[in-house]
Amino acid sequence: MEMLIALVIGVLTAGGVFLALRGQTFPVVLGLTLMSYAVNLFLFVMGRLAIGVPPVISDAAAGYTDPLPQALVLTAIVISFGMTAFVIVLALKARAELGNDHVDGRHHNEDRHA
Amino acid sequence: MTLFFAVLTPFMGAALVALASRLGRSHSAWAAGAVTLAAIAWLAPSLHLPFEGATLIQQHDWMPALGLNLAFRLDGLALLFAGLILGIGLLIVLYARYYLSERDSMGRFYSYLMLFMGSMLGIVLSENLIQLLIFWELTSLSSFLLISYWQHREEGRQGARMALAVTGAGGFAMLGGFLLLGHIVGSYELSVVLASGDLIREHPLYVPTLTLILLGVFTKSAQFPFHFWLPHAMAAPTPVSAYLHSATMVKAGVFLLARLFPALSGTAEWFWLVSGAGLATLLLGAYVALFKHDLKGLLAYSTISHLGLITLLFGLSTPLAAVAGVFHIINHATFKASLFMAAGIIDHEAGTRDMRRLNGLWKFMPYTATLAMVAAAAMAGVPLMNGFLSKEMFFAEAMHISEGHVGGWLLPALVTLAGALAVAYSIRFIHDVFFNGEPVDLPKTPHEPPRWMKVPVEILVVLCLAVGIAPALTVGPLLAVAAQSTLQTPLPDYHLALWHGINPALVMSLIALAGGTLIYLARRPLFAWHERGLGRLDARVVFNALQDGLFALARSITRLIDTGSLQRQVFFLLSAALVLGVAPWLGGGTPLAGGREGLPLDAVSLLAASTLIVATLATVWLHRQRFIALVMIGVVGLVVALTFVKFSAPDLALTQLSVEIVTIVLLLLALYFLPQHAAPEQDRARLWRDGAIALTAGAGTAALAWAVLTRPYDTIAGYFLANSVPGGGGSNVVNVILVDFRGYDTLGEITVLALAGLGIVAMLQGLSLNAPSRDAAGRNWDADAHPAIMATLTRILLPLALLVAVFILLRGHNQPGGGFIAGLITAVALIVQYLANGAAWTHRRMASDSHPMVAWGLAIAAFTGLASWLFGYPFLTSTFSHMDWPVVGEFELASAMAFDLGVFLVVVGATLMILVNLGGLHHTLPKHREKH
Repeated sequence: MEMLIALVIGVLTAGGVFLALRGQTFPVVLGLTLMSYAVNLFLFVMGRLAIGVPPVISDAAAGYTDPLPQALVLTAIVISFGMTAFVIVLALKARAELGNDHVDGRHHNEDRHA
Repeated sequence: MTLFFAVLTPFMGAALVALASRLGRSHSAWAAGAVTLAAIAWLAPSLHLPFEGATLIQQHDWMPALGLNLAFRLDGLALLFAGLILGIGLLIVLYARYYLSERDSMGRFYSYLMLFMGSMLGIVLSENLIQLLIFWELTSLSSFLLISYWQHREEGRQGARMALAVTGAGGFAMLGGFLLLGHIVGSYELSVVLASGDLIREHPLYVPTLTLILLGVFTKSAQFPFHFWLPHAMAAPTPVSAYLHSATMVKAGVFLLARLFPALSGTAEWFWLVSGAGLATLLLGAYVALFKHDLKGLLAYSTISHLGLITLLFGLSTPLAAVAGVFHIINHATFKASLFMAAGIIDHEAGTRDMRRLNGLWKFMPYTATLAMVAAAAMAGVPLMNGFLSKEMFFAEAMHISEGHVGGWLLPALVTLAGALAVAYSIRFIHDVFFNGEPVDLPKTPHEPPRWMKVPVEILVVLCLAVGIAPALTVGPLLAVAAQSTLQTPLPDYHLALWHGINPALVMSLIALAGGTLIYLARRPLFAWHERGLGRLDARVVFNALQDGLFALARSITRLIDTGSLQRQVFFLLSAALVLGVAPWLGGGTPLAGGREGLPLDAVSLLAASTLIVATLATVWLHRQRFIALVMIGVVGLVVALTFVKFSAPDLALTQLSVEIVTIVLLLLALYFLPQHAAPEQDRARLWRDGAIALTAGAGTAALAWAVLTRPYDTIAGYFLANSVPGGGGSNVVNVILVDFRGYDTLGEITVLALAGLGIVAMLQGLSLNAPSRDAAGRNWDADAHPAIMATLTRILLPLALLVAVFILLRGHNQPGGGFIAGLITAVALIVQYLANGAAWTHRRMASDSHPMVAWGLAIAAFTGLASWLFGYPFLTSTFSHMDWPVVGEFELASAMAFDLGVFLVVVGATLMILVNLGGLHHTLPKHREKH
């Protein structure tokens, strides 16, 4: 199972990095979203994998998993949403101001001449 | 604590003075005077101590972990300087009230002046070297503000910048010197440093330490070759020059020479460096001062020259020279401050400072002229004035040190020459301005200044005379304690008196007086000669060339690294991260996997993981068909949420699920305004390159995750699990961590979220984007924006959704849920109303502005924290108790739940703010445009 989770994190990271390197804004936003999934998962599994032992105190519980990474990741998820929203609105603003959706603020076919 | 409060008073006073200026112009002057008197009052109870031979040291813990204490010291030297700073400061406050014009902001001036006064006091009263340096830098900063007080003047801004650059660089060097000093001695406390003179002088690091500290001293006290900033700082209002450039700021350097005299002096390096720089500055300053046509320019170079004199005295290293140095510090402060004030009066009343135009002012302002003459006589070193006494001591020491050396005549000859030049420029100051024919084309007819503007000058001039006539009665005791604490050894034998009989020093004085008169009489050929040659040299040219060179270098480095392309920056960033991440793997022989037992694989997990991987690949593969890519990334998010469910994180799963919905709605809204499709990329090489980077990054992260997951670990979670119920009153440990144990972090995080929302609203303001009427395939968008079935259903769902949100919020402390999740659910429920019914319909039924909600949320969260102060607990301490109500039964009430309510409101508010504003682009803009 650990191998599978590691693989999932790897695939998410690879996809995120590839998209973040694209030239238009929308794929970059998608890439950042994928990367935040990867990072959140990575942080979460630092508490190791455990099934059926949520960190909710009760007499019937068989045990508890580590609550600390969960608390960290919970706010990270909300903050990533704030970041995604900010970046996408920045992209809209850039498109309105510059007339294109390239991350460098110029048309992609100008790329090589610049 | 008294010394600490004395230093703190001007800093606090700066704010008070600024506030007082709202009441009227004179009020800030009164407030500044009161603040200065208050600082004096804090010192008053301890003033007698230095005279009794005691040194008062007060220490308070500041950052004990770093070994930094707030430590203050009052000995003779500190007392002398504190007296100069506060005494002359008080006179300046009075003088500036009449100097500043109607257009100048009184509050700003006095506020800066108080900041500067506090910083200066901090320097002279510091016991700790690092603390001294902090105040030292504060004087650089506050003097920057004062020099550039007339911000509309180009020369003021330039002069301020130059002063800051030079003294700031010197301060930086001095930091290095102090750190070395602390390293050598093992302590930053002055008492220890001053007692370790032999240790310091014999240490191999002595020379670098000395050089670095001297760099700080020389830049601050305008010693050659760093003297050039001082004349340019004359662009400041004259009260600033009178204060900073006679008695305080530039004296900080020589103060430090005196302060560290026992620790650093007495070596050949000290002798040559300090007295060499002092002698060069003494001569250069006196020479240039003679040729300045600007009244303040003359005084500036004269100040440079006198600072050189003081430096030279400390460089000579004999105890008697140090006494003379301290004496001249006092004398120079009194006569130079009064001369600057006189120059200010002349400028103020005549409208110019150009000595080629200022002539024959005697008949317009005889009283001011008399005052200026006495002060100038002190500057020239005429008998009966204080300047004569210290200059005689100086001549005597120069003579004494040279006795029996080959070429011993050189130093006495040079200092006599400097003395003669000083006489010449002093005569020029008086003769050119007050006599020498008629004024040339003055902007206004000069007259005597207001009564109270002359009082500060009068006081200082009387002091010059009193000290000059009866030194032992007036300045004697103060000089004795100041010199004593400078030397830290018993005082040498010296005798303060006007008449010492006929001796070499007196002869030198007479030669200087006669020579100076001759030089002044020969001024016309001398001026012509100067203008042809040396007059053209300007240190500013070199400084500006250096500065431009530095800027050019910085720009070229920036250009090299930052090409202005985000794509390239991201590439560099990721490559650097990869190199740093991969490097450790190559070196170590540690096996990748550890020995920890893993969980068995099951079919459902495999299926879910495959779905996620396929969806990720599809997102990447189809990213140019943006709508499909968005659907795919939604799938990825859902599987991530399922992963949280599987591995015992119900809170995370709920959060991820609701964030996912909001994110997809957000991206859909944005996509409407972005191209739906993108052309395939032409650059195959770039695709391969990025692919390689992506694969390496992915493989690296996977390997890292695998390496960590297969190793055993230790956690601090036990504390949270054990204390969640007894300490936080909640059984959902994740929620208790968020709102209780780490509530401060959460407060920060909701603040960030609120800021992101506000930033987005700001960016969307005035944004105009073309809303397409067709979709990517060329089909018209459906005219029916709000289908009836969806609208009806969502209206029924709203109360249910809100009920769920309340339930989730309330149970959050004990069961999965809480403010974040409830907030997101509420936001989704409301957003759905917008989507199904339109903004207009929704805004008729609820407030369209969610700013207040965010504000209330933050306020509630912050006040929950503050409330614990009322009960004497630290910020955000939580409390809880159990209630028993009829019908409802027993339930728990925790202060953390109020905090969670704040979180809830911020999340709802910020999410609505973002989405509603983004959605509003579509509907409101066209109408908006029609209106205009």
